Amino acid sequence: MVANGPMLRLLPRLSDDVAFYWTSGADGVLRLLRCHACGFFIHPPGPVCPRCLSRDLGPEEVSGRGHVETFTVNYQQWIPGSDPYIIAWVSIDEQPDVRLTTNLVDVEPDDVHCGLPVRVVFERNEDVWIPLFTPITEGAS
Amino acid sequence: MSPALVEEPLERRAIISGIGQSDVGRRLGRLDLDLTVEAGLRAIADAGLARDDIDGLSTYPGMGAGTGGFAGPTSPEVQDAMGLSLNWHDGGGEGAGQMRAVISASLAVAAGLARHVLVYRTVTEGTAQGTGGRQGIGGGGGGGGGGVPRFGSFMQWPLPYGAVSAANWLAMVAQRRMHEFGLTREQLGAIPINNRANAALNPKAIYRDPMTMDDYLAARMITTPLCLFDCDAPCDGATAVIVSHRDVAGDLDHPAVHINAVGTALRGRPSWDQFDDITTMAARDAGASMWERTELTPADVDTAQLYDGFSILAITWIEALGFCGRGESGPFVEGGAAIARDGVLPLNTAGGQLSGGRLHGFGLIHEACVQLRGEGDARQVVRPGGRPVEVAAVANGGGPIAGTMLLTRGVR
Repeated sequence: MVANGPMLRLLPRLSDDVAFYWTSGADGVLRLLRCHACGFFIHPPGPVCPRCLSRDLGPEEVSGRGHVETFTVNYQQWIPGSDPYIIAWVSIDEQPDVRLTTNLVDVEPDDVHCGLPVRVVFERNEDVWIPLFTPITEGAS
Repeated sequence: MSPALVEEPLERRAIISGIGQSDVGRRLGRLDLDLTVEAGLRAIADAGLARDDIDGLSTYPGMGAGTGGFAGPTSPEVQDAMGLSLNWHDGGGEGAGQMRAVISASLAVAAGLARHVLVYRTVTEGTAQGTGGRQGIGGGGGGGGGGVPRFGSFMQWPLPYGAVSAANWLAMVAQRRMHEFGLTREQLGAIPINNRANAALNPKAIYRDPMTMDDYLAARMITTPLCLFDCDAPCDGATAVIVSHRDVAGDLDHPAVHINAVGTALRGRPSWDQFDDITTMAARDAGASMWERTELTPADVDTAQLYDGFSILAITWIEALGFCGRGESGPFVEGGAAIARDGVLPLNTAGGQLSGGRLHGFGLIHEACVQLRGEGDARQVVRPGGRPVEVAAVANGGGPIAGTMLLTRGVR
């Protein structure tokens, strides 16, 4: 059995540029910053679209579905008291060059592989909703 | 050389005229400034210079960067301690890997801003770690202490997930290479085993006992697929080089080490998790940009000193510098023959960082100079037919951080 993450989650500061991202899970939906001019998803969030240089940007809902690009099972006690946990880079289906660093949860390492389809789930820590990912089970909509 | 490059690259006006290294150890318990001065004075003497000849100073990463023992003394501290009078000075952590300090020095010399630049990199991570565990970049591990701060900037993205170390990020690079190219743990293990064999012949290396594949495979896992021996050894030590104008090459009592070309490109996104190709990251760009600046080719290289903060980085660099095709570095290193001192690509001949100690890029630069000067003693590479080492490739950095240099014995 692996854990769903480290014993302690070090949390982000909810600064103006990223607060929408880290609190998006309050209603169970993942949001990314998107350029309204060209449709590009900008992650991490910035003040300008790096593709078309428009400044007309805003958070938009995404499906929360993605794929595991790669992963690792961490054993080292960086955060003492942690059981092994899975770290992954997950690409977002709407724009696969956006990757989220995350933990894979409710899954064992033997069942994880590059390309595994996953969906977002959130874990609330204080005022932060941490996006995590779990495998999409067969037949789920 | 690229047709677009009609003028001689300016870095060719520079040579490395002297090298020096302090004592190197797991935990020396000495001040970083003390180690730096020791290395600096040795490099100045090696170049046949006096303190007053030094008119430039450069370092990586400069003020206040990183966790305990990482940064070394600042350039103002070193200038003051050594009583230097400078025409040019520079210290910083953003640029083409750790060697950015050497590259900027070469350009300063070419531009006439300075004539002899002392360039140094000092670490005391061994002493800083003490008896605690290894530190992560974000401050996890190492004993920590006091309160739980919140994080901004780039570390806010991995830290909530316990992805606190480059070990985690590079483990994911290795896992992706296993998926795309069939890389195996035995192929990864060829790097630390090769480096350990070389470290046995380097009196300053941290770990010198022989390592077998069984030892490697039995080591404790850090973050799959990387085990303890895939991670470099935190240590204490300072390395210094003197970058001078090439017109003093004839004054040296040893062969001059010429800078033939540098590689500085970062064409992908400057990010661990957003870089377009997980399997290469910025090594691809730095490597390509170096070959665009030279008539030499990978086949001309007699030894490669490639960054091995983690074994997977050396695997990545071998490909990025064109010593084998894309995805082929696993089979290339398997069994170790190709990267041994008598192989086609003698690799990390002083033990690299995995066994020689984490001198953070500069140990590799130092060893390239040692090999080009023929001063490697028991570990000196001799090429087929008794030919001396004439061309060395050096690479620094991992992930979105990368820099390369092609160094030559004499002018090529």
